[in-house]
Amino acid sequence: MESGAAATISDRLRTTASGLNLVGRQTLRFAKRKPLGAFGGVTLLVMIFLAVFAPVVAVHDPLEINVKDIFHSPSSTYFFGTDNFGRDIFSRIVWGSQISLRVGFASVAIGTTIGSILGLFSGYVGGVFDMVTQRIMDALMAFPGLVLALLVATLLGRGEFNVILAIALITAPNANRVLRSQCLTIKERPYVEAARSVGASGARVLFLHILPNSMAPYLIIATSALGGAILIEASLAFLGFGVPPPTPSWGEMLSGSVLQYARQAWWVAVAPGVAISLSVFGFNVLGDALRDVLDPRLKGAN
Amino acid sequence: MIPLLFGVSIVIFVVMRILPGDVAAAIASRGAEDEPTQREIEAVRVALNLDRPLVVQYWDWISHAVRLDFGDSLVTGEPVLDDIRRRIPVSVELGIISMLIAWLIALPVGILSAIKQDTWMDYGARSFTMTGVAMPTFWVAVLLILLLSRVFNWLPPLGYVGFFENPADNLKQMIFPALALGWTLSATLARMTRSAMLEVLREDYITTARAKGLREWVVINRHALKNAMIPVITLAGFQVGMLVGGTVLIEQIFTLPGMGRFLITALNVRDFPIIQAIVLLITFAFAAVNLVIDLVYAVLDPRIRYA
Repeated sequence: MESGAAATISDRLRTTASGLNLVGRQTLRFAKRKPLGAFGGVTLLVMIFLAVFAPVVAVHDPLEINVKDIFHSPSSTYFFGTDNFGRDIFSRIVWGSQISLRVGFASVAIGTTIGSILGLFSGYVGGVFDMVTQRIMDALMAFPGLVLALLVATLLGRGEFNVILAIALITAPNANRVLRSQCLTIKERPYVEAARSVGASGARVLFLHILPNSMAPYLIIATSALGGAILIEASLAFLGFGVPPPTPSWGEMLSGSVLQYARQAWWVAVAPGVAISLSVFGFNVLGDALRDVLDPRLKGAN
Repeated sequence: MIPLLFGVSIVIFVVMRILPGDVAAAIASRGAEDEPTQREIEAVRVALNLDRPLVVQYWDWISHAVRLDFGDSLVTGEPVLDDIRRRIPVSVELGIISMLIAWLIALPVGILSAIKQDTWMDYGARSFTMTGVAMPTFWVAVLLILLLSRVFNWLPPLGYVGFFENPADNLKQMIFPALALGWTLSATLARMTRSAMLEVLREDYITTARAKGLREWVVINRHALKNAMIPVITLAGFQVGMLVGGTVLIEQIFTLPGMGRFLITALNVRDFPIIQAIVLLITFAFAAVNLVIDLVYAVLDPRIRYA
């Protein structure tokens, strides 16, 4: 009895280990085929690391005002220099990664996910539900992204969750469209017909057959949407409609009178922009690489 | 397009009315020392017709809006249309020059990158487009201003000069904002041009054209480019959305008195007749441009016919 249990445990361990091994080898192959995509993946990991370990990585308090060290140029104490309040820019960048990631992930998780689920339903159910959903998506797409986000973020009032909602609203239609058309093609595949002919219910077909087969486009759309979401968050923060201060965010670090002092202290305008560009670049190339590997037919979907 | 605009107008209206925070209370307390009394708030509500049913309010707004009467600003009390009339040319001019710059950069870069595929020129062009897509417009603008002010001592001018007052001064003001915006837009366009060109260059009719002994220049320009433009033009339609967002940011940085800057100011003080008017006009322009692009599309590609 006991040895049997031990055997299953060691069996399970072995399968887990070989599973991990497989994942490792797959990752390595991906990195070899798509070096740029791998760079994007590394960027994502670095950002997550910075965000999680911000209290350790940031050498200074990002909010600490240091009157003696206003506009200190980059040095071994202040890696990226200090701003007009003498706050350490490096530490603010590190803490700012939290906002970018949180807003990016949450808005995509809400927007892309809800958009995708609605898209699957609307493709599968069709009829009035499909029509109504598509008209709503049309209306959302009739607004330029930034304008819609500005409108929603202002009207709901300043706050992190409201920014997330605003961005989620503009990421939903794209996911909706792609997943709807995906569902429409999968619906006609022989295996769906087979499932239906043996008496599978509509819910079973949708969740056990169509949903798993739509995971690849979902992942691709979500990854590409992340870069866009971070860009919109930064733009909102730059215009003064983002997460309220004193929370450090990259877009906010470039706003206000930065232009005036940047003439004397160029470094205040450089690091935040590099941080935004690098992370957006990383997510974009990761999304492109995932698309090429997982589903080449989606080329040019966004 | 009309039903879409109708739907959009409802969305704008509803979104504006469900906003938390009482507009009437905010207006009543404006400029006053003490908290406004319930009676004062009520008076404002009646004055602005906010006490009437939503459907009546909507009809009141939209029936005036189609006649271009957007009401008066809650802050200055001046007709919204007057302000909008002054500001539209600024944004439209900025948009057009930016788009021109974007195409001027994107076409040569995209074509070169495609016909010299996998050479250093291609790699250079592709790194340009990838960084261009990732860099936020406002950062490009900030860097451009910094560079200009350090090297040429150029600063964004304080006053704005209209095109018809003094074309030369006006263009001098517009060129750098348009450059910052056009540069960002060109990245996506160049990328799309490249992939469309690559696809077309593999077609049989290109081989045929070459076999006929046509000069390479003619093959590229007349046979390949024309066909490659079809998907690129569609993208240009989507880009109008980016262009509008971009003008909002660029006008803010370069302090240009356009619609985008007007919108930001109005959003800050929640001047809702202005917000409603601008957003309605922006979506209208957006839809109109996409309609025009659909028509251009049919001209470019005779296979497409609209019933």
